[in-house]
Amino acid sequence: MQSFQNPTENEFAVSCQSVSKHYIKNSPFEKLNVKALENISFDVSRGELFGIIGPDGAGKTTLFRILTTLILADEGTVSIEGNDVVKDFKSIRNEVGYMPGRFSLYQDLTVEENLNVFAKVFKTSIEENYHLIEDIYKQIEPFKKRRAGKLSGGMKQKLALCCALIHKPKVLFLDEPTTGVDPVSRKEFWDMLKRLKAQNITILVSTPYMDEASLCDRIALIQNGSFLKIDTPKNIVNQFPHELWSVSSDAMSKLLNDLRKIPNIRSCFSFGESHHVTLKNKDWSVDELKVVLEKYEHTSVEIKVIEASIEDCFMDLT
Amino acid sequence: MEQFLTFVRKEFYHIFRDRWTMIILLVLPIMMLILFGFMMSTEVKNTRFAIYDPSRDAATQGIVNKISMSDYFIFSGYLDSPEQVEEVFRSGKIGLVIVFGERFYENMMHTGDAQVQLIADGSDPNTASTLTMYATRLITLYQQDVMGEMKIPYQIKPEVKLLYNPTLKGSYNFVPGVMGMILMLICAMMTSVSIAREKELGTMEVLLVSPMKPIQIIISKVVPYFFVSVVNLATILLLSVFVLDMPINGSLGLLILISLIFIFVSLALGLLISSAVDKQMVALLISAMVMMMPVMMLSGMMFPLENMPLPLQWLSQIIPAKWFMIAVKKIMIEGLGFSSVVKEFTVLSSMAVILIAASVKRFKYRLE
Amino acid sequence: MNNNIQTSEQGLKPDIVISVDNLTKRFGSFTAVDNISFDVKKGEIFGFLGANGAGKTTAMRMLSGLSYATSGKGIVAGFDINTQSEQIKKTIGYMSQKFALYDDLKVWENIRLFAGIYGVPDKEITLRTDALLKQLGFEKERDTLVQSLPLGWKQKLAFSVAIFHEPTIVFLDEPTGGVDPAARRNFWEMIYQASDRGITVFVTTHYMDEAEYCNRVSIMVDGKIEALDSPKNLKIQFNAKNMDEVFHKLARKSTRKAD
Repeated sequence: MQSFQNPTENEFAVSCQSVSKHYIKNSPFEKLNVKALENISFDVSRGELFGIIGPDGAGKTTLFRILTTLILADEGTVSIEGNDVVKDFKSIRNEVGYMPGRFSLYQDLTVEENLNVFAKVFKTSIEENYHLIEDIYKQIEPFKKRRAGKLSGGMKQKLALCCALIHKPKVLFLDEPTTGVDPVSRKEFWDMLKRLKAQNITILVSTPYMDEASLCDRIALIQNGSFLKIDTPKNIVNQFPHELWSVSSDAMSKLLNDLRKIPNIRSCFSFGESHHVTLKNKDWSVDELKVVLEKYEHTSVEIKVIEASIEDCFMDLT
Repeated sequence: MEQFLTFVRKEFYHIFRDRWTMIILLVLPIMMLILFGFMMSTEVKNTRFAIYDPSRDAATQGIVNKISMSDYFIFSGYLDSPEQVEEVFRSGKIGLVIVFGERFYENMMHTGDAQVQLIADGSDPNTASTLTMYATRLITLYQQDVMGEMKIPYQIKPEVKLLYNPTLKGSYNFVPGVMGMILMLICAMMTSVSIAREKELGTMEVLLVSPMKPIQIIISKVVPYFFVSVVNLATILLLSVFVLDMPINGSLGLLILISLIFIFVSLALGLLISSAVDKQMVALLISAMVMMMPVMMLSGMMFPLENMPLPLQWLSQIIPAKWFMIAVKKIMIEGLGFSSVVKEFTVLSSMAVILIAASVKRFKYRLE
Repeated sequence: MNNNIQTSEQGLKPDIVISVDNLTKRFGSFTAVDNISFDVKKGEIFGFLGANGAGKTTAMRMLSGLSYATSGKGIVAGFDINTQSEQIKKTIGYMSQKFALYDDLKVWENIRLFAGIYGVPDKEITLRTDALLKQLGFEKERDTLVQSLPLGWKQKLAFSVAIFHEPTIVFLDEPTGGVDPAARRNFWEMIYQASDRGITVFVTTHYMDEAEYCNRVSIMVDGKIEALDSPKNLKIQFNAKNMDEVFHKLARKSTRKAD
């Protein structure tokens, strides 16, 4: 933990120390003090692609808004490129790019006009930093006279990214850029991020899709306002503390119920084509489980030892 | 500067590309004015009138002819008795009844005590007062024709009696009223809605996380609506003068000046609303309910303020449109100069300063 | 999972609850849904996949009686989609990520409302509400406003409400978007249970691993159904190791980029 180092020291692109945030939620029946973030600490190095991964309502957007100086934390300190989010928010606003969760574009302006407005807001021009967005912009350029509201989800996402990049930010904050976008566009988007990383831009990205974790340098798993783990995707998977089996048979629904009846099964989750199972007693062999399952009249039982996915890790940590 | 201009241009795109915004901004004011205006003047034109005339002499005949020949009135017939007056009003076909005194001609020429009574339906005060005003003028004209140079003033003293609403108020109220309403509507509603829209879309988040200063965002939001309001002001004035035959008796420059101040007040109100709300819907409702209703109810446009309970009268003091309407009436209709509207100018200007300061101060650098 | 479904194809003809024949929807010169045909069997979990703008939503709207087909035929739960949309609406359930429940109503009020809309008798609603809450483990949340439930719970509740009136078919439009992994699995277990009870499940999703849960999956590209089979067979057909790969191989063919 680097938590007690001087946060203004200019070594990390993003440094977030013990950040907490609470909301007062006004429900008609009671006043709820909702905890949005609890003691969040992490650092992001320059040029790193850092993923914040967790379901809706985990606190991702609140964290991004604190990092981008839009809201103030109740406790803790945050610095972006050495600037404090409270005191130096003006200089931070010159240096970061931000793409909020809903792809903020002017729906009634054309692709080109949107880009131009955002370029001018940052006191630059499309030409000046064209090299930075060229890769992405080329794909939407044929539609530059089209209004943003008439673009498909994937194209809106690309345009929003161009708008966030046009002023050559040092740090790019992307809040759920792939939510609601189909798998093909999602993949294209991550390819673009990889190329941006090569331009030495620090990127923080949040996503609810666990399968995108492996595309980040490091990830933080977030649930209920707290980080469960911060590490490289590989380390997180390697640290999965149990042996993981994938089990399938001809009757998957029944199999799930039967597996849960077996006392030695620690956890059992359905993963579509197979169920992922961990055991309480590690001495059990694959064949022993197979014998048990055949007693439950399962046919074509297949059991394999597999490597955990981020999703397995996430469920294990919660 | 370029940043600012791009932003203003963007704001104009928003306006020009949304059909409904265009309709609200440019067509609605014209429609409102014409509707209010013609609702009144079409009724005034070709109004049927009846006569109760016990004298039946040359003078009464002359007056009836004079009135019948004008655009405004159509002679409908004689009544047999004064009791018939109520009856013909109830039938709804008659807009005005003229009752002459006995021996009218003689009185007019000799005693100077000729009596004529104009009776109109006061449940529609605007129409009633216009009708009586026109009839009075026609009678005066007749009198001038007959008397010529004799210069005996006021031989015929028309006595105006309004049924159903004896303390009539409101003639010509509608143009200043509609002006106030339209300017308030466009400035306050459109600015607050356009800022709330950016919040809803999430673009405000992006703008906040940018080097753009809040004051720049505010001003670039205000400029386009200021222009549109000026266009509207011009349209309203042109329409009032050339289509609705409203006089501009006072100084045009003064009228424009007070209108510009009022526009600033309304824009600032819009900004203030938008700093408090995040949803277009709420901005719209607040502008409509909290701003429009008091403007219509408490500005004296529809109901005379003098008859209201005291608390409402106090409340009306803080309604900008009330001060604007008083000033416009004084300048436009009464033709008074600057010295007579100093109070209204001062009140509106201080409102503008306070509101703009408050809305700039309240504009948030962050989301909460 | 009801494994009769795969084997019954050669044998007894099972009940067909959705039958679509050359269904087409045009908006002006744009063909959103281009001549699609497929059948869905009773109790089947049918995955309806496609990229954004491939025509999924338009097709779903026609099937649920919300919009008319330009041409072609469709029978849903025994009713014609072009002429009997009112009957269809009574016999189906619908749930989407965007709208599912009223946030400002309590849990029981939502159940009461939607059950009432679908004509479940009052007495039955009261009885079954208690049973449902018990089954979901929500007894304590009976009087909680839906907005203060965690997202995963909300979606579970929304699904239960959508099938409260025992519809023949339930349409699920991206039901698990943004839900945490454990809740997502919980949710699919509920889908299995519904399917075991004979309710047909017609589901769209952006999670390709969820496609694996379906009995059969159709993949739409540019308004046409380009593939339709069990996940297992599709993986063999496209020589792919998972459904994600199958999807990528197909969706790459798309030329409809601009809409």
